Amino acid sequence: MSGIIKSEPFVINIGPQHPSTHGVFRIKATVDGEKVIDAEMVMGYLHRSMEKLAEERTYTQNIPFTDRTDYLSSMSNNLGYCLAVEKLAGIEVPPRGNAIRVIMAELQRLASHCMAVGAFANDTGAWQTPVMWAFREREKILDIFEVTSGARLTCNYMRIGGVAFDLRPEFEPMVRRVLREFPPFIDEMEGLLSGNEIFIARTRGVGVLSPEMAINSSLSGPMLRGSGIAWDIRKADPYCGYEQYDFDIPIGYNGDSYDRFIVRLEEMRQSLKIIQQALDGLPGGPFRTEVPLALRPPKGEAYARIESPRGELGYYLVSDESPAPYRFHIRPPSFINLSALKEMTVGGTVADAIVVLGSIDIVVGEIDR
Amino acid sequence: MTPFLVSDKWYDIRDLGNLSRAILEAADRILPFGVVYVLAAVLGFVASFLLFVLPSQLFVGVYGERRIIGRMQSRLGPNRVGPFGLLQPIADAIKLIQKEALTPTQADRAVMYVAPIIFVMPAVLLWAVIPFGENMVIADIPVSLLYFLAVSSLPVIATFMAGWSANNKYSLFGAMRIVSMAISYESPLVLALLGAVVVTGTISLSGMVAWADEFNIWMAFVQPLALVIYFICVSAELNRTPVDIAEAESEIVAGYLTEYSGMKWGLFYGMDIGYALAASGFAVTVFLGGWTFFGLEQWVPGWLIFIAKTHLFYFLFIWTRGTLPRLRADQLMAFAWKFLLPLGVFNLLIVSTERMLWAEQDYAKGLIYLFALINIVLSGALVYAWARFNGYRPERTPTRPRLVKQVGGYIPIEERP
Repeated sequence: MSGIIKSEPFVINIGPQHPSTHGVFRIKATVDGEKVIDAEMVMGYLHRSMEKLAEERTYTQNIPFTDRTDYLSSMSNNLGYCLAVEKLAGIEVPPRGNAIRVIMAELQRLASHCMAVGAFANDTGAWQTPVMWAFREREKILDIFEVTSGARLTCNYMRIGGVAFDLRPEFEPMVRRVLREFPPFIDEMEGLLSGNEIFIARTRGVGVLSPEMAINSSLSGPMLRGSGIAWDIRKADPYCGYEQYDFDIPIGYNGDSYDRFIVRLEEMRQSLKIIQQALDGLPGGPFRTEVPLALRPPKGEAYARIESPRGELGYYLVSDESPAPYRFHIRPPSFINLSALKEMTVGGTVADAIVVLGSIDIVVGEIDR
Repeated sequence: MTPFLVSDKWYDIRDLGNLSRAILEAADRILPFGVVYVLAAVLGFVASFLLFVLPSQLFVGVYGERRIIGRMQSRLGPNRVGPFGLLQPIADAIKLIQKEALTPTQADRAVMYVAPIIFVMPAVLLWAVIPFGENMVIADIPVSLLYFLAVSSLPVIATFMAGWSANNKYSLFGAMRIVSMAISYESPLVLALLGAVVVTGTISLSGMVAWADEFNIWMAFVQPLALVIYFICVSAELNRTPVDIAEAESEIVAGYLTEYSGMKWGLFYGMDIGYALAASGFAVTVFLGGWTFFGLEQWVPGWLIFIAKTHLFYFLFIWTRGTLPRLRADQLMAFAWKFLLPLGVFNLLIVSTERMLWAEQDYAKGLIYLFALINIVLSGALVYAWARFNGYRPERTPTRPRLVKQVGGYIPIEERP
C-alpha cells in the first residue's frame, strides 16, 4: 500500500437519545477509534425551571415540585425540602413524624439503589436480568408508598412539620415483608454480579476516582464512599433522629466503578438495618405539628442537607416574610457528581464511558431541574 | 429386540433421505438429463430450511428465547397472541413487513440495500452440509467442515457493509468492532475444530457422525476443551450476549443495525438466530454425535434426535444471554489471542500425540475411552495451569466493602477498620 492510512478523531454524541444515558443527557465524546480523548457534558434537555417557578408558590405548594426533581427518590427530596423550611421557620417535628420520615427515606434509598444497581448492570451488558430482578423488589417498596401516600413514584408525602398522613394498618406487615425478602435479593445480586469474572473485568479499574479528586470535585454519596472516604450526612450532620440508629458506612477500596457498585449493595443492607430499628421503636403520638397553610417564615435563609440515595441533597431557601420563598435553590447530588465524569472517562474506551456513567447513577430530572 | 422398521425402503421414516432418493430416482426416469439436480436442491432447501430452520427460528429462536429469558427475568414473556403467545413471532414478522424500511439520505443506498441479502444467503447455504440423518444431507461433500467454516465467516462482510453504508457513527463503530475482532476469534475456533479432525481423521461432517457412531463416544468427551473454545468463539462470531460487542445495545445503540428498520432489520435479526441454529447444529454434528444417540437412532428417527440436540444446544445461547454481562472488544481479543489460542495449540498437541499412539494400537476401541478420561482431566489442568501461568488469580479481595462506624476523611486501602 502506498502512503499511510490517514486517521483522525471524530466526535460522537452519546445521547440525548441513547439507551444508556438514563434520560436525556448527552456526552459529546471525541474518540480516536475506541478510545475517548475528550468528553463534554451537555445538559439542560429536561430543564423545567423549577427553582424559578418555586418563587411564585407558597412553601406548601412547592413540595410537589421536589417530587419531580429526582423522580427516583421523591421521598428524600420531599424530606430535604421540608427540613429546610422547618429550619427556616423553626418548626419542631414530633418523634413519630421523624421515625416515619426515616423509614420512608430508607425505603426510598432501597428503591433507588435497586434502580441504580440494575441499570448499572444493564450498562455493563447483563441484558436486563439484573434490572428485572431489581424491579421486582422495587415494586414491593412502591406498593408500600402507594398504600401510605396514594402515589407510587411522586409521593408528595412529607409535609412541613411532619408527614401528610399517619401510617395505615397494612403498612407494618408490608415493611416486614420487605425486610424479610430483601436480604436474599441482595445476596442474589451479589451472586450474579459481584463475583462474575466478566463483570469484574468490565468494572474493576474502570473510572477510577482518586480520593483527592473526589473531594476536590465535592462529590458525595456512594461516589465519595466508593473512593474510600468515610462520609455520610446521616452521621456527620444527623437529621430526623438518625443519631439514634445503629448503622455502618460502607466504603470502597480503589474508587472504581466496581467499588461504587458494591457500596450501593452494602448500603441497601444498612438501610434495612435502619428500617428494622425504626419500625421496632416506632413511637406513638402525633405525626405532624400543625403549620399554617400560608406559612410566612421570618426573614432569613436556611440550608438543610440530607443524604439522598445519590449523595448530599441540599435545599437552600431565602425568606422575605412573604408566603413564597424569595430564593429556592437545590444542590442536586447527581449534577455535582457528574463534574468528575470527564476525568473518569477520558483515556478509557467508549464502552468504559458508558459503565462510568452508569456507576454515577444520574437522574436527569435532578441535573436539569 | 429389533427396531420396528428394518428396511431401507422409501417409507422408512427413520431416514427421510430414503424417501427423497426414491422421489428423485422416479423423477430422473421421466425428466430430461440434469433437471433432477435442480429438483434435488429445491427439495433439500424446502426440507432443511423451510421445514426445519424457519419454524425453529420462529418458535425456538424468537418465541422460545423470549419466553425462557422472560422466565429467567421473573416475568412472563409473550403470552397474548394465540395460545400461550405462540403466534407472537408471526405477529412480529407481519409488523416488520408492514413497517417502512428507512434509508438515511446520506447512506450508500445500494450497499445498504444489498447487505441484508448477503447476510441471509450464507445462513441458507450452511444447512447444505449438515447431516440430519444418514442420507439426509443435501450435499455430502468430503470437505464439509471446511465448507461450513468458510461460509460461516461470510456474514462478517455483510455486517461490515451494513455498518459502513449507513453513514452513522454508531454503525461504523459496530462495523469496526466486528472486523477488528473477526480474526481473533476465528483462529482459536479453527484450532479447536482441528482437534476433532485429528481424532476422527476426516473433515466430512457425515464422517464425524459415523465415527461417533462407530466408537460409541461423543467428540465432546474426547475433546471437551475444544467444545468450550468452540462455544466461546462461536458466540463471538454470532454476536451472542457475553460477547455481543458489535451490536452492544447499551454502548453503541445497535451497532451496525442502528439505521436499519422494517424487514431489512428483520432479516438481520432473523438470520442471527438462523446462524445460531446452524452453529448449534454444527456443534451437535461435530461434538455431540449428530443424529445418533448410542443406538437410539435405530428406533427413533435420527432427524428428531438431531433437532432435539440442536435445540438443546441452542438453549445454551439463550442461557448465557440471560445471565452474563458483556466483554469489551479489547478484552475479548486479549482473551482469544492470549488464552484460547494457546489452549487450542496445547489441545492440538495432546490430541495429535494421542492419535499417534492410537494408530500404533490399530485404533483399539477401548483406548478412546481412556483418552477421553485423560483429556477431561488434562483440559481442566491445562486451563488452570495456563491461567496461573498468565498471572491470573481468582478474585481474592473481598467483594464486600469495608464498614466504618464514624465519619472521617480518607481511609487508605491497607487500613481495615
